[in-house]
Amino acid sequence: MADILVVAELAEGKVKKATHSAITFARQVAQGTGGSFSILLVGAGAAGAAAEVAGFGAKALLVADSAALANYTAERFAPTVIEAAKGFQVVVGTATSIGKDMLPRVAAALNAGYANDISAVHVDGAKLVYKRPMFAGNAFGYCSVSTPVQVVSVRQSEFTPAEPTGGASPSQAIPVAAPAPGADRVEFVSFDQVKTARPALTDAKVVVAGGRALKEKFNEVLEPLADTFGAAIGASRAACDAGYAPSDYQVGQTGKIVAPQLYFAVGISGAIQHLAGMKGSKVIVAINKDGEAPIFQVADYGLVADLFQAVPELARAAQAAKG
Amino acid sequence: MKILVPLKRVADPDNANKVKIPAGGATIDTTGLEWKPNPFDEYALEAALRLTENGASPKARQGEVVVVSFGPKDMEPTLRSALATGADRAIRVDAKDDQLDGALVARALKALIEKEKPDYVLMGKQAVDGDSNQVGQMLAQLLGWPQATFAATIQEEAGALLVGREVDGGVLTLRVKGPAIVTVDLRIVAPTSVFSKSTARTFKYNDGVRFAPLPAIMAAKKKPLAEVKLSELTSDTALRVEYVKFEPPPGRQAGVKVKDVGDLVHRLKNDAKVL
Ligand SMILES: Cc1cc2nc3c(=O)[nH]c(=O)nc-3n(C[C@H](O)[C@H](O)[C@H](O)COP(=O)(O)OP(=O)(O)OC[C@H]3O[C@@H](n4cnc5c(N)ncnc54)[C@H](O)[C@@H]3O)c2cc1C
Ligand SMILES: Nc1ncnc2c1ncn2[C@@H]1O[C@H](COP(=O)(O)O)[C@@H](O)[C@H]1O
Repeated sequence: MADILVVAELAEGKVKKATHSAITFARQVAQGTGGSFSILLVGAGAAGAAAEVAGFGAKALLVADSAALANYTAERFAPTVIEAAKGFQVVVGTATSIGKDMLPRVAAALNAGYANDISAVHVDGAKLVYKRPMFAGNAFGYCSVSTPVQVVSVRQSEFTPAEPTGGASPSQAIPVAAPAPGADRVEFVSFDQVKTARPALTDAKVVVAGGRALKEKFNEVLEPLADTFGAAIGASRAACDAGYAPSDYQVGQTGKIVAPQLYFAVGISGAIQHLAGMKGSKVIVAINKDGEAPIFQVADYGLVADLFQAVPELARAAQAAKG
Repeated sequence: MKILVPLKRVADPDNANKVKIPAGGATIDTTGLEWKPNPFDEYALEAALRLTENGASPKARQGEVVVVSFGPKDMEPTLRSALATGADRAIRVDAKDDQLDGALVARALKALIEKEKPDYVLMGKQAVDGDSNQVGQMLAQLLGWPQATFAATIQEEAGALLVGREVDGGVLTLRVKGPAIVTVDLRIVAPTSVFSKSTARTFKYNDGVRFAPLPAIMAAKKKPLAEVKLSELTSDTALRVEYVKFEPPPGRQAGVKVKDVGDLVHRLKNDAKVL
């Protein structure tokens, strides 16, 4: 029997969609082991946000709300998670930038093993076996954690977001723990947010991604296509490095991992590090003028063409075909 | 400023698609793959060099850069190349790759850092073999130090570093005072990503990491490279995470090449049904 603690992530007083993937993991493990799960909400506005996850079947909602926790830093958030985790066997969050920043600290404090960015969990009797992509997605490893407490982060694209099942989990306020030693040596300065009206890359059903080839015309060429599909816009590392796209758009081993219904790779060569972030997409379309580009090895539909001509034409034709 | 840079050697990531998994999947077979420094650690080293110099006259090091690796003796050439690009000293902690996990590397590094007392530890955000992304954060917790992970920019200020972190949704800036852990992301080696106090803000580095000229490669043979036993750093060498099996990813079939845009739209609508 395993009792699982889901570490929710908040943004502007709301529970992030990413959290629903961690809840899916928690349900699978609770069901498989005959245990239960609780959800922890830490941060300014946590009490208000708790209602959003009250209907997911959690045994309890643990709420640590404090105006002092307006801006996330690991040193100020992790101690509360570490305190709340006592008594649980599994602590899980989603492998977002906050999850990846904080959860290893929680594991170290609890002397727990940490399985990062897992794509599946198998319940094997009392044992949990985690499947993780490694080597930029060129191998899967199956691992288990031998410590009494295990800490896990799940890959959002591999755990279908949980839907509410009804009911109302009881909510309980818990104290905010003192900041970690060293917290006084780190100070939040600013957050430059990329503003976009498009869906988040990790939630989008369609992603239009562009590479180095787009140059300064990155937005001009991709936006009409993205508009047609209500898509999120992504980019290769080279496009981000060159400043054609914000770094937050990067898809790949070290960027966002996406698995939409439809992925357009426009002027992207298909390096393994890029493939690692989008190979799980249902349908892949590649547009590249080089017929030998490796992206064609994973594309369902490949169009060998000059993108500056093909993409505007595609945006128009797709719009017309949609009717 | 004294900076410690942990550096792992990994199977050449650009050849990772040649990773072989023998039948049964008990191990990953890396024979025949070339060893390379983990790219993120190379970037961390470059950032450490930039922080300990005036970009306009990079030969004079202002402070000390120490590289540390956990690995077998045959990885020493990787440390020598780090010395050749400008690091002052190297330490190899003798260990086999499969005797290590992130938590163990973090515990052992803690002990080493308590002896070395660097102002900052600069390291990769993740090793690209295991893609584990944990050692830096664990180390910060164990040492009771602040952390700034996924750094894309670092500017030295009086007694602190201003670190721009690439996070979901944008760039988050933290100010950290040493001793602290900084883990770096890809764009830390862009031309204007890192400035020490003495580098002019108008200065531009070459994109990427620096290469060692031949005389520096020769000179690096004489730089100190110490060996330390893992057991001198921690008595707890038990693994927290153990791999039971490996498997290749499911292959993805190459699909069709379409004639033109019209053909593509037709197939998206009628075959894939995504329109
Ligand atoms: C540690 C590490 C991590 C990395 N992580 C990532 C990551 O997360 N994500 C990522 O994307 N990359 C990552 N990379 C980089 C990766 O190896 C590639 O360098 C990068 O993906 C290349 O980007 P690109 O395809 O846009 O550029 P290029 O490889 O330069 O490809 C441009 C493509 O555009 C085509 N093209 C040019 N002009 C036209 C035209 N007019 N019409 C149509 N096609 C055209 C060319 O044929 C070419 O195929 C990483 C690398 C390292 C070392
Ligand atoms: N065997 C090792 N030797 C030296 N440094 C390591 C080793 N393993 C991990 N590290 C450091 O920890 C960082 C993160 O690795 P990981 O958490 O394993 O993805 C790497 O970028 C290295 O700086």
